[in-house]
Amino acid sequence: MVPTSYYLILSAVLFGLGVVAFVFKRNVITIFMSIELMLNAVNLAFVAFSQARHQSDGQVFVLFVIVVAAAEAAVGLGIIILTARNRQSLNVERVDLLKL
Amino acid sequence: MNSLLAANASLIIAFVKIALLLFIVLTVNAYLTWFERKVVAHMQSRWGPHRVGPHGLLQPLADGAKFLLKEDPTPAGVDKFTYFLAPLMALALALTSIAIIPFGPDPLPWTFWGQKVYLGIADLNIGILALFAITALSVYGVALAGWSSNSKYPLLGGLRSSAQMVSYELSLTMSVVGVLLLAGSFNLRDIINAQAHHPERGIFGWNVWPQILGFFCFFVAAVAETNRVPFDLPEAESELVAGFHTEYASFKFAMFFIAEYTSMITVSCLCTIMFFGGWLSPFPASWTFTHYLPSVILIPFGLWVIWDGIRYETIFGKLILPGVGTAMTAIGAALILFPAVNDFIQGPFWLLGKIFVFLFVYVWMRGTLPRFRYDQLMAFGWKLLLPVSIANVVITAFVMLLRGAK
Amino acid sequence: MTPQLAIFFVLAALAVIGALNLIIQRHPIHSALSLIVVMIALAGLYLLMGSEFVAAVQIIVYGGAIMVLFVFVIMLLNAGVEERTNVSKLAGVAGIPLAVALLGFLAAAIARSNESAQAGLQSGALANTKEISTMLFKDFVYPFELTSFLILVAILGAIVLAQREKS
Repeated sequence: MVPTSYYLILSAVLFGLGVVAFVFKRNVITIFMSIELMLNAVNLAFVAFSQARHQSDGQVFVLFVIVVAAAEAAVGLGIIILTARNRQSLNVERVDLLKL
Repeated sequence: MNSLLAANASLIIAFVKIALLLFIVLTVNAYLTWFERKVVAHMQSRWGPHRVGPHGLLQPLADGAKFLLKEDPTPAGVDKFTYFLAPLMALALALTSIAIIPFGPDPLPWTFWGQKVYLGIADLNIGILALFAITALSVYGVALAGWSSNSKYPLLGGLRSSAQMVSYELSLTMSVVGVLLLAGSFNLRDIINAQAHHPERGIFGWNVWPQILGFFCFFVAAVAETNRVPFDLPEAESELVAGFHTEYASFKFAMFFIAEYTSMITVSCLCTIMFFGGWLSPFPASWTFTHYLPSVILIPFGLWVIWDGIRYETIFGKLILPGVGTAMTAIGAALILFPAVNDFIQGPFWLLGKIFVFLFVYVWMRGTLPRFRYDQLMAFGWKLLLPVSIANVVITAFVMLLRGAK
Repeated sequence: MTPQLAIFFVLAALAVIGALNLIIQRHPIHSALSLIVVMIALAGLYLLMGSEFVAAVQIIVYGGAIMVLFVFVIMLLNAGVEERTNVSKLAGVAGIPLAVALLGFLAAAIARSNESAQAGLQSGALANTKEISTMLFKDFVYPFELTSFLILVAILGAIVLAQREKS
């Protein structure tokens, strides 16, 4: 069997890579995708713990995380579409003032 | 050497099964195109392919040769990685879904190195869910193909087609929930076995009678998922040139083509398994004389093929057709002479027969029905099909609760 | 090296390579494709851990719906290749070793914790889906109904946000 710590280390690595993508990328859609990557890393940790303790709580929580991520993606992408229409750019460095 | 084979027997058997199934599925695909062209032609009072080989039976080979030998240009300005990925993804996903389908109840009558060989590559406990996962991923093949072609018509066709697929996916999954409630499992073998609880009912024990609403929702949604008539506006010739695969030439277009026909076959398999009893015979189990039905069909058909071949116009036909007819008659006679093989072949015979009926219905719809306009299509999917499939789930759950089933 | 450990390393490598590719690629559609690869690798890992229902839901919902939404928006907004930025080189030179050191510290801390190294086998494959559904509909029925409300709100929000202005 694969030790649980291996899964947790993989989850930490993926989370870290998500943070790096969040900080360094400038396209707002890519930044949003890095948030999804972080959520996925957390899901992996949940399922790993659920398997280690032989309880299904972790897996039920993963279902809730997936549903909330879906709702957030829908609304977030709507906001991104509106912002891109108003400012004609997807570069977050151009969206740093409230004034257009 | 022998011990090495014995130690990895299950792996080797799996590889052989995969290779065999791939070969069979690709051949069935090819001859499905022949079948479609012939049937649509006869519905339109013409002959269809009848020059290449006897009755046009070698037409798929000619088409295959054309696809391989034609020039394969790559348009300028395409996103190269995505352009090459899209047909690959579509084909790989379509062929993967065949691995989950069980083709027969019993293992082969012989064992190899002590391993029983079941008909079916993977017996997943989440069979249906895995098939829906593959259906969900196949939206990408269409969307990425449309976008990466750097051209107006494919982009429009790709976006419309993927929006259609995503919308009908919901009704597809909801319409199956009734069957899952009745069977209590996602496993495809369990779903068939749940319809075999009363073998004396025969055809009346199948899932289609309690789930008639679910069956119609599933079939319509599946036709929309595979982008076939009457839902094929995104790839219709008079509307959008060829939709998302306009800019794709010989071999990549062949990959999309094979993917579409393979998903047709998968959907027919699913309809059969979930609603029409899979490998169960429509006759009550006590009528054992119906076990001779494969032979009763094969022997006269083989004799007719021999008779037709002898009178055929070309010399090639005069040689091939009687040979094929003799083979059919020999198989039919062998089934009568070897009862063990006959019992084994019953399950796959009924399953393949029902799949053939569903494929015929697909081709029949192609030959007769006009297509939906895009806004009619979307309105139909969201405003009619989805509420009906949800209503089916609610009604099924209610009836099961009242009956006191656990 | 048991087969499970080998499969774990393959899937973990696939996930990490996908995540790295998300950072390295300059066109958002390629980043989206890499993220899909990460999600499929994670679904494989869930299967390896015996949670096949979560694996199937991950592919159907995350890979087949949320990422399709991302791909549609990238196509709709005609997102192009990212431009070069003027982030300081010092951040890369000093930041990467620090990040690796932090990660190593974290990994060592996790590996030394007394989580049980042996995770037991699943009791039965259907038991997984049945357990999850029992828990979802008995203990967690209130959050379940709340999430359906949340999805309704999200649908309405998305429709309102994406409307054209009535001019």
